[in-house]
Amino acid sequence: MISRAFLVITAGAAVLSSSLWSIPSEAQEAQFFPGLQYRSGPYAPNGIPFANGYADYLEMLNARDGGINGVRIHYEECDTAYNNDRGVECYERLKRAGPSEPASWSPLSTGITYALIERVAADKAPLLTMGYGRADASDGRVFKWVFTAPITYWAGADAIIQYIQEQEGGSLAGKKIALVHHDSAYGREPISTMQRLAGEEGFELSLFPVTHPGLEQTATWRQIGRQLRPDWVVMWGWGVMNSTAVQEAAAVNFPMDRFIGVWWSGAEQDVLPAGTRAAGYKSLGFHAPGADFAAHQDILRYVYDAGKGWGDRSGVGQVLYNRGLLNAVLAVEAVRTAQARYGNRALTGEEVRWGMENLEITNERWAEMGLPGFAREIKLTCEDHEGGGQAFVQQWDGQSWNIISDWIQPRNEALRPAYEASALQYATENRIEIRDCAAEE
Amino acid sequence: MFYREAGQFKSTYAKDQAIFPIKQDKLGVLAIFLFALLVVPFFASTYWLNSILVPFLVFAMAAIGLNILTGYCGQVSLGTGGFMACGAFFTFKLTTAFPEINIVLIILMAGFGTALVGIAFGLPSLRIKGFYLAIATLAAQFFLIWMFTQNPWWTNYNPAGVITAPPRALFGDFYITGALATPLNKYLFLLCFVAVMALVAKNLVRSAVGRAWMAVRDMDIAAEIIGIRPMFAKLSAFAISSFYIGIAGALWAFMYTASVEALAFEVTRSFQVLFMIIIGGLGSILGSFLGAAFIVLLPILLSNAPALLGIRMSTDMIAHLEFMIFGALIILFLILEPHGLARLWQLAKEKLRRWPFPY
Repeated sequence: MISRAFLVITAGAAVLSSSLWSIPSEAQEAQFFPGLQYRSGPYAPNGIPFANGYADYLEMLNARDGGINGVRIHYEECDTAYNNDRGVECYERLKRAGPSEPASWSPLSTGITYALIERVAADKAPLLTMGYGRADASDGRVFKWVFTAPITYWAGADAIIQYIQEQEGGSLAGKKIALVHHDSAYGREPISTMQRLAGEEGFELSLFPVTHPGLEQTATWRQIGRQLRPDWVVMWGWGVMNSTAVQEAAAVNFPMDRFIGVWWSGAEQDVLPAGTRAAGYKSLGFHAPGADFAAHQDILRYVYDAGKGWGDRSGVGQVLYNRGLLNAVLAVEAVRTAQARYGNRALTGEEVRWGMENLEITNERWAEMGLPGFAREIKLTCEDHEGGGQAFVQQWDGQSWNIISDWIQPRNEALRPAYEASALQYATENRIEIRDCAAEE
Repeated sequence: MFYREAGQFKSTYAKDQAIFPIKQDKLGVLAIFLFALLVVPFFASTYWLNSILVPFLVFAMAAIGLNILTGYCGQVSLGTGGFMACGAFFTFKLTTAFPEINIVLIILMAGFGTALVGIAFGLPSLRIKGFYLAIATLAAQFFLIWMFTQNPWWTNYNPAGVITAPPRALFGDFYITGALATPLNKYLFLLCFVAVMALVAKNLVRSAVGRAWMAVRDMDIAAEIIGIRPMFAKLSAFAISSFYIGIAGALWAFMYTASVEALAFEVTRSFQVLFMIIIGGLGSILGSFLGAAFIVLLPILLSNAPALLGIRMSTDMIAHLEFMIFGALIILFLILEPHGLARLWQLAKEKLRRWPFPY
């Protein structure tokens, strides 16, 4: 009995592993888009709408335009479960799984980003970390393969503080601001910027790390609500940590309109569990919510009406869905830019990287894509892999997210030297040659 | 027929006490090692090298470490993740402070550092046993992770609390960490390193120290009566186990993911290694390898299976199926063979001996 079971299992394993050795390499004229998504694990509620938005947009392009300038898109996913080891495994698995070289990578996880930075440099593939990842990767001279467009965490921290300053009538001196953050590489990114601003603006910053996955926050919020009583609470949360925080804040009667999350803490999933008590909660954003765009209508028509949608029809237009869509737009536009130079064919990662570095999306282009006013104009260069970096504040009214502020421009005159200093340290530690942007055309 | 020891006579004690007293075993292990060293590099894709073989070897190292403590000395530990973190962060601090020292020496030094930490957290084992000790080592786990998370000094003040492996060469241009290291370099280095360390471990458990560990494991009062010092036995087990686990942590951070935060060594990591040695076989070096293979390779295999079999399935479905099948297989294995895969191999050997004429 035992030996038979053992034999069956080993034989099965042998068969499967022998077929694993040979990776199919069919030469097709299709551009490969790998998807490092998470539809399982503790962060799946946020990962799923993002993945759907990303995949639906690509699906729509295939159905409506036959791909990008006639080059079909081949999309494949691997589930990382927001787990760094798994993300690395998925990356290695997908990198040769498609009909062409991968166009670009977007792991939707700061931790996985850190693990991939060296790998994409070795494999010559661009890594687009849209509003997450290493802020200092905005310095394209050091991080040739990494792009942080449209905004980094450091810029986001600056934008939030600027918004609070404006609400407080110009001065933050003597104010108390609490930062509730996910205790991981992701949540710690804004701390250095917040501390610098605390020194400059004279507010008192208190840090409240929340351990993964973030279900235990009662003590944190009791301290915030009963003892510290800060003027503002800023949150860097993700997944179930967000909804827990909103509920706990409501439980200690913290005023919701003085509670601002980063853009990863401002989706429907985060506020709905708290019900009406979440009304007033704010967050940053860098693209419009809602499905009132021509591109969304095209998705509904070409993808969902044809029964090929990745998610539920009602999910189209949610905040995170739109974020996934924006990520797909940037990746596709980079390919389009590169195609203008290298020809309309399946491109290599190196070529797409050039396209991404020379990416420019004007307001006219946004309108052309059926997304007028969806996001800011973006222009990337060799030095600047962030390109723009503006955000706005949106507020939950109990039913939907509404934009309540103008675009806030982070103070790049202070942020840029910080990016450069940090990137330079990385370059020395890892012996990376700094690119001379003037020498490259 | 092929696996038969008839005619192999031992005329000296040394021969009788060899690690592999049977010729077929010796040749078999040598053949596997040579196959891994000389044949695999030519056929394995970077996916295989990077995502399957490298983590397998690193985890095998961690499993050997925990097996020394739990399998041989009988001290249950849930601090594996914390000790792995020690190895990783010690290596990072040392190699960034002294870039001119060879990385292998640095890793060994980090191992010694972890051994000291292991001794400190092993002290409670002199008074408490079993589940209570497991809880005490859990304290090590949480304390160490907390320390590495809260002190930016450990990460050279990286704003995100992440350490990144700098490029380091074994000799000349043979880079084994950092962006310049090829998967093949990493694999070859790890293979030889883990093989040597496994050989050392195998010899250790056969030595007087190893026998002392096993005596303490089987009955500590009896061991004390026959003259074994439990303090020395237990603390040496903690030290050597932590040494191995620390090295595994350093290898994990430097060779596999190339960048880690302390979160990568959470308590789930401890459980993962513990499951490895339970499934592989407590008190067996071979079992450490088998257990690591089971825990590391099987989920990857399961998540690749639908694509290989040509079934199109949604990503979340694959992820959930993988969990279910993996869980079911663990239960199945523990019911069929509670003593682990190593015992299964032993039974297979018994059968092979009589094959094809069983009686």
